[in-house]
Amino acid sequence: MARRSRIKTLKIDGRDVGAHEDQTILQLARENNITIPTLCHIEGLSVPGACRLCLVEVKGWRKLVPACATYADEGMEVFTDSERLRSYRRMILELLFSEGNHVCAVCVSNGHCELQSLAQHLGMDHVRYPNLQPVRLVDMTHSRFTLDRNRCILCLRCVRVCDEIEGAHTWDVKGRGVDARVISDLDTPWGESPTCTTCGKCVNVCPVGALVEKGRAVGEMVKRQEFLPYLSSMREVKR
Amino acid sequence: MTTIYEELQEQANAELQKRHTHCVRVCMAAGCLSHHGDTIKKALEAEIEAQGCQDDVTIKGVGCMGLCAAGPLVSVEPEGILYEKVTVEDAADIVKSVGNKPLKRLQCATNVPFFKRQVKIVLENSGVVDPESLEDYILAGGYAALDKALTDMSPAEVIDEVVISGLRGRGGGGYPTGLKWSTVAKAISDTKYVICNADEGDPGAFMDRSVLESDPHRVIEGMAIAAYAVGAEQAYVYLRAEYPLAIQRLKMAIRQAKRSGLLGDNILGSGVNFNVDIRLGAGAFVCGEETALMASIEGKRGMPRPRPPYPADHGLWGEPTLINNVETFANVAPIIRNGGAWYAGIGTKESKGTKVFALAGQIKNTGLIEVPMGISLNEIVNEIGGGTPDGSQIKAIQTGGPSGGCIPNQYIETPVDYESLSELGSIMGSGGMIVMDSSSSMVEVARYFMEFCKTESCGKCIPCRVGTAQMYNLLDKIATGKATSADLELLEQLCDLVKNTSLCGLGQSAPNPVLSTLRYFREEYLTKIVDATDKQSGS
Repeated sequence: MARRSRIKTLKIDGRDVGAHEDQTILQLARENNITIPTLCHIEGLSVPGACRLCLVEVKGWRKLVPACATYADEGMEVFTDSERLRSYRRMILELLFSEGNHVCAVCVSNGHCELQSLAQHLGMDHVRYPNLQPVRLVDMTHSRFTLDRNRCILCLRCVRVCDEIEGAHTWDVKGRGVDARVISDLDTPWGESPTCTTCGKCVNVCPVGALVEKGRAVGEMVKRQEFLPYLSSMREVKR
Repeated sequence: MTTIYEELQEQANAELQKRHTHCVRVCMAAGCLSHHGDTIKKALEAEIEAQGCQDDVTIKGVGCMGLCAAGPLVSVEPEGILYEKVTVEDAADIVKSVGNKPLKRLQCATNVPFFKRQVKIVLENSGVVDPESLEDYILAGGYAALDKALTDMSPAEVIDEVVISGLRGRGGGGYPTGLKWSTVAKAISDTKYVICNADEGDPGAFMDRSVLESDPHRVIEGMAIAAYAVGAEQAYVYLRAEYPLAIQRLKMAIRQAKRSGLLGDNILGSGVNFNVDIRLGAGAFVCGEETALMASIEGKRGMPRPRPPYPADHGLWGEPTLINNVETFANVAPIIRNGGAWYAGIGTKESKGTKVFALAGQIKNTGLIEVPMGISLNEIVNEIGGGTPDGSQIKAIQTGGPSGGCIPNQYIETPVDYESLSELGSIMGSGGMIVMDSSSSMVEVARYFMEFCKTESCGKCIPCRVGTAQMYNLLDKIATGKATSADLELLEQLCDLVKNTSLCGLGQSAPNPVLSTLRYFREEYLTKIVDATDKQSGS
């Protein structure tokens, strides 16, 4: 049976755009070369709407909405960039930087880090909040990879890719609030995990230097995420 | 031919024949149980045997009688004599007094505003029926509404009555219940679910616990009517594990209802199937948020997800789901029994019916009350609640728990309805009402609630996870006299950020206690700030 999707017309930042009804504002913006900052979102995985960086304004709507989880609708007028949004985005980044250890100069992901790029892009040049310094353990038990929870921003990409693409569900989250942290299996050391397939997908989707390959020096850790859209579209074709 | 419901009524009436002329009711809800209500009941039972009046007096354990401050409570029916602060030693005297003169030294006045000003719909059976007896509930008119809905009404007619009643969600949000039901009814799917949210987590709130402990069948009946109206066959009660007595009584009620054909296949011979199962919450406050609650039932980590899609469209296991609070479901049976118009006759234009409140804090009559919407805070706190224990002036009233705000004494004449409370920067909430006098520091109140939100944040979205932690640190700095005016400014910016950018209701409402105390008690913040003098005029 032929696939049928209705077309919606709407405005993003004053520009008229046409969309499929199953397209999100984020997809549509990217299609039209409009940049909306994202951190937890990655094409090919489910959408948690967690980082709140992609919040946009919609005319007539009381609340800000995440562009990654909001679908295009007829007559919508979306604003992706305003002084208010820029200030919120900078503050969210500030909060992230105040939470863990995000000292770029000593990080293997320096220069290849999505958090670092966003901070530069959004002009977040200082942090006004004291560092929370939660106690977060580093897991180096795996033969090939390291998990440094101090650098983790809890975007949950690793949890999702392991569950949704690899099908292993090694990763999950334990604890609440600032004590929340990524754990392997039932909080067993990663190296002893009976479910981990050592595929390395979690490492490559990690936007920061939390999940890295062993043996990398400062600035050497480059992530390769090209596999993800390919794998997830293959899965859709199979369905 | 008699219907199944008529048979149940006959059985219940047969039970009634066995009853004696007098009934001594002993409160067996959590508050009085903690004061050994159960041992008092045993002592009374032993005493009627000792005094040889088993044929005249029945001892009955009942649910919450409301005035928890005076517990353990015992009442003698049909005279309606209430005894307060009863001890095991009083058992002999109480049994002796039955049918004779009441015991003056224990008697609790019942002609006071605490009892006279209340309008009981949700709590009509609390403290009256035995929560562990289905017959008792049926004798009080229970399951008549379900029978009426199943035999005389179409699902659309049931929804119409709920719409006419003007009932709004009692969990705090105040979303129109009829609208929610009609939306779920409209959804096209072979499978639909009904969920009862009994994950009551606000500090100082115990309305839902009391309803489940005192009258569990009422909630089951409300859910069954809802399921019939929206076309669902399976319901879940998401009940927090910290309420062992509520769990035990609800389990018992479900078992009794199944045995009597009120749950299961072909309920009351109507051809409708309906089942209720209990799912226990493991103590996360965020699981009271509907999407987190559903994730938890599905066996996942209790974390919220963005809405839309709303549960009515994409709920439990992706199916259309109706999710209401305990108190909302407890209102359903009376609405169907008496008609929506009757319910709409109580309350105000926008907020209909009654609301149950748990009075706590610096108040004489701590306990559970039910009042019509539109009653003023003054009437609740000073007349029904009896004011502060030492008679001093009330400073503020906290409603809505960690999602609500503090209303200062100057607004004490405000009518209690959804709109009036939110105009004041607070919310109706689920019904917790904490009264504070001059001994409470508002900065410390704000810090307390922020600490609660900080530890209960699930950690999924950044504004709530880190924002609440930073706000707590700033409030702590202010409370301990180490903060500057720059810190206060930072705090206000964070309030704005967390309120507007958080993923779920927990984060979006977490700044409310801070914002409302800043609005009404700003000077308390300023006096604690080290360099306040040069900033005070500007702010």
